Amino acid sequence: MTSLPQNETPRKLGLVIDLDICVGCNACVTNCKEWNTGGHSAPLTDLHPYGRDVDGVWFNRVHTFEAGSGRDHRVVHFPKSCLHCETPQCVTVCPTGASYKREEDGIVLVHHDWCIGCKLCAWACPYGAREFDEDAGVMKKCTLCIDRIYNENLNDADRRPACVITCPAGARHFGDLGDPNSAVSRLVAERGGYDLMPELGTQPTNKYLPPRPRRDHAEATGAPDLLEHLDEEDQPGGFLGWVDRLLSR
Amino acid sequence: MHPALSVIFFTTTAGAGYGLLMMLGVLAPIGILPPDRVFGAVALALALALVSTGLFASLFHLSHPERSWRAMLQYRSSWLSREGVAASVTYLPALVFILGWVGVGNTSGTWGLMGVAASFMALVTVLCTAMIYQSLKTIHEWHNSLTLPNYLMLALMSGGVWLSALVHLFGIQAPTVDAYVIAYTAIAWGLKVAYWNHIDTTRHPSTRRTATGIRARGAVRLVDPPHMTDNFLLKEMGFRIARKHALKLRRITHVTAFAVPLVGLVVALVLQGPVAAGGAVVAALSASFGVVLERWLFFAEARHTVMLYYGEGPA
Repeated sequence: MTSLPQNETPRKLGLVIDLDICVGCNACVTNCKEWNTGGHSAPLTDLHPYGRDVDGVWFNRVHTFEAGSGRDHRVVHFPKSCLHCETPQCVTVCPTGASYKREEDGIVLVHHDWCIGCKLCAWACPYGAREFDEDAGVMKKCTLCIDRIYNENLNDADRRPACVITCPAGARHFGDLGDPNSAVSRLVAERGGYDLMPELGTQPTNKYLPPRPRRDHAEATGAPDLLEHLDEEDQPGGFLGWVDRLLSR
Repeated sequence: MHPALSVIFFTTTAGAGYGLLMMLGVLAPIGILPPDRVFGAVALALALALVSTGLFASLFHLSHPERSWRAMLQYRSSWLSREGVAASVTYLPALVFILGWVGVGNTSGTWGLMGVAASFMALVTVLCTAMIYQSLKTIHEWHNSLTLPNYLMLALMSGGVWLSALVHLFGIQAPTVDAYVIAYTAIAWGLKVAYWNHIDTTRHPSTRRTATGIRARGAVRLVDPPHMTDNFLLKEMGFRIARKHALKLRRITHVTAFAVPLVGLVVALVLQGPVAAGGAVVAALSASFGVVLERWLFFAEARHTVMLYYGEGPA
């Protein structure tokens, strides 16, 4: 059923990604591939893995951006995966019912046996979250590790998405963003978590936390912002000047 | 957007077929076209052949054509599904209309009503096709109110030029057909000019800044892409065409899709005999080529928001 759930989903499971902490190590990318190539969407096909034109299906990719210059310069590592939107346009365009949003927790999934491979969902997603598996001929996407988070064979601590569990920096959080008192919701409220491309009305569940203001300027400690510049004319005369000229030769 | 040949072939041939069916289904019942059985057989066969080969081509765009029946199921939310339903339903009145015109030699009364119904369903199918593209908020070049009228008028024009050619080849006196098709071509040309003007002077609201939310001063730039070779996203959505090439192809489209057909159709309208037929045939061939080029550009010039994450588009 590609019509969206009629009522608001009671739970809105999703991720909160902290751009202040992410170091761009790609551990989440790798563990996502590792888990999912054996899980619900298996296999995550790789085409020509040892050839010149390596290609393959990945659910999570890290882009690195920079902005500003000089002291305003920032480098931001930016992991991107499905945002499990509240109004996912990828779902409503699906002609077969293969794409759907779960009523109980808001997770957006693909029923691979129904997918005809028309790729319209990938055109409708603004974020590039869906990747087509050329080999299987069906669309695949992040499942929020649905086969981990509800897996009763795992310890409680392990019932979290593979990307979250593996992040060595603690930049990724998983939880119920529909519950205003959950740890992730409080984090979003405290840090000013935001949506990607809010102007498109997709209402993403996943939130991004902005980098904190920088505190590495001398000004912040009360010291002078910059040391006085020593011009050519201010060079010392006398004996020290003579030594300087001698050594500068 | 990657201009996939199967989709270009589908939208242009099926568009021409539905345009032809739209005209036949109305012009025969109201008596502008005579209930000539041979003419009806050839014209309706051409319309259904264009529609059917187009639909068949669209199946090749799918990885699992054997599951394509499922595409009829989600008509409540999906324009692609609605298109599938409308395309299938169109066959029913169209086949009854063929039976009346070709089998019985009658295009009035109930047979004529079936023609009008087929014409209406052909219209609905073309509108659904256009809405598949117009409804995508991710692509500025498609998500605007000119996409739908462009698709509709190009369908009427590209089907109409073939009707005009057939009318002249069969020596049927129906100058009204030429006059209609001249009007369709002029309107389609005007809409295409308006469309290109629109996409040249406006842009998508999203930027690299809204896509990433990075609020630092200055432009947001990509330092490091997430992969070194092209992936599905770049192959499907990352197609780019150089501005100068696009402008050259637009000029060729102006000439082949609109200017040459207009001249040919005016010749067909004002002159008689083989010269008029020649004008109509040249118009049909030129317009058919031009519409394929127009459709190729419709895809090639379309830019998707995902490319913001690969450092393209406004900062």
